[in-house]
Amino acid sequence: MTEISEPVLSLQDIHKAFGGVVAIETFSLDLHPGEIVALVGDNGAGKSTLIKMISGVHAPTSGDIQLEGNPVTFADASGARAAGVEVVYQDLALADQQPVYMNMFLGRELTKGPLGLLDKKSMIAETRSLVEDLDVRIPSAQAIIRDLSGGQRQGIAIARATHWASKLILLDEPTAALGVAETAKVEELIKTLRARNLAVLIVSHSLDQVFRLSDRICVLRRGQQIGVRRTSETDKNEIIAMITGLQSS
Amino acid sequence: MTLLPSTFDIRNYIVYLGFVAIFLFFAITLFDYGFLSTRNLTNIVLQTAPATIMAIGLVYVLSAGEIDLSFGSITAVSALAAAVTMQSYPMPFGVAAGLGVGLAIGAFNGLLVAWLRLPSFLVTLATLGLFAGVARTMTDLRSIPVVDPAFTGFFGSGQLFGVPSLVWWTFFSIAIAHVIYRQTRFGAHILATGDNPRAAQVSGIKVPRIRFLVLTFCGGCAGLAGLLYAGRLQAAKYTLGESDLMTVIAAVIVGGTALNGGKGSVIGALVGSLMMGMLNNGLILMGLSVSDQMIVRGLIILVAVAVSLRDVTR
Repeated sequence: MTEISEPVLSLQDIHKAFGGVVAIETFSLDLHPGEIVALVGDNGAGKSTLIKMISGVHAPTSGDIQLEGNPVTFADASGARAAGVEVVYQDLALADQQPVYMNMFLGRELTKGPLGLLDKKSMIAETRSLVEDLDVRIPSAQAIIRDLSGGQRQGIAIARATHWASKLILLDEPTAALGVAETAKVEELIKTLRARNLAVLIVSHSLDQVFRLSDRICVLRRGQQIGVRRTSETDKNEIIAMITGLQSS
Repeated sequence: MTLLPSTFDIRNYIVYLGFVAIFLFFAITLFDYGFLSTRNLTNIVLQTAPATIMAIGLVYVLSAGEIDLSFGSITAVSALAAAVTMQSYPMPFGVAAGLGVGLAIGAFNGLLVAWLRLPSFLVTLATLGLFAGVARTMTDLRSIPVVDPAFTGFFGSGQLFGVPSLVWWTFFSIAIAHVIYRQTRFGAHILATGDNPRAAQVSGIKVPRIRFLVLTFCGGCAGLAGLLYAGRLQAAKYTLGESDLMTVIAAVIVGGTALNGGKGSVIGALVGSLMMGMLNNGLILMGLSVSDQMIVRGLIILVAVAVSLRDVTR
């Protein structure tokens, strides 16, 4: 299936340098709808830099980013969001003292009437149906974020991304702060994104998780793209060797 | 407010309990001193009107995670600017001068905080002193009379449908500020900015713009408070607003606004402000000396703020 569909995201010969320091040598990758690709590598390998380029925070020094075949340059993160790219950050980017529904619509609140007053009713209703759809168990759409567990929060962050992303979701260490049961729940949630025909790029330090979730694995080492493997055709030893550089691809 | 909070928290209602408790206390102990007379109760509302308007501005600023300490000085400079202008020009120019000065000083605070990223605490502490000095030099410490009957009526002693104009000012300011705060995207963005600036930023909210706007708005509120003082007292002096700093901050905090942003209440600030006004009034009626009043007021504020801010989960 991934061969016949056109890629959602296409990175071609991406190169990034901060001043004289090269963060990414050259990087190329295609992401297809309904596909989960994992980005792995040691600290400082360049994973975050890549995520930031795709989400519009940094611009590549050279190379092309294409969304559904069209070259794009994002002025900032809002540009990427407008194009259908959503990011779930490691620190969740939730406003803790606000209710769930306000977080779901953070910066994109619905309004009604000539005065442009907040349409809380619609936001609550949409939030409710979304969390039910994704089976994120929260007490209510009006619950305050601070009163929720880590897993529930991450569920909301992912639900928010799902709601707004039309093409691509970037997940940066989505379960780094979660316990075992909560991790399992969030992984289930990530798998459902496949059925929604979204492309998912996930950064994770847990190889077990990468093997449970991904269709393909892309390895970075010190800014070099070491290789891409089908998850079904590789094993942990090979990936670890690629990450650590004990065996060249 | 159709939405019930998900968890009941007594701290959200402390201002209403405090208000009722203080009211009952004075109603009983000062019954023979006319505390409950319509005239005295109306007086409390009239006297707190400027402080209530300042409190609105502070709710916005605190909710966005910033603070403004300079509003008292802005009030004085605005009142003086209006009074001086009206010595030679008609009332609309005086009003424009008063509000314009308030907004301009607020914008100056906002500029330094939003785009130079200086801490609002230090910026507004500096402008508090700076504009207190300006207020003193503007008129050589003299008091400037405000005689225009249209102005003193509109902003001070006038009435509409038998209700004093200061009550109307309080009512409309609170109503509009409450709706903007609770029911508009701007209000939601203020809360998001104060709650988690990074989350607000990555969600496309222009955080510096919000910081600039709340501080400008607070300056505008202080400017309006200056006009109300000038209208009620029929004069402007550098001391206007000087003693309101502690009262207004206390009113806002007791009213349920978080010191570190993301949470607040305009209605709470109104009730907090009326509570402080009632306290002042009651202590005077009790015959306490000015020094004793300061001590009692300070202690009561300390208790109220402590109860409001104490986090029971920690």
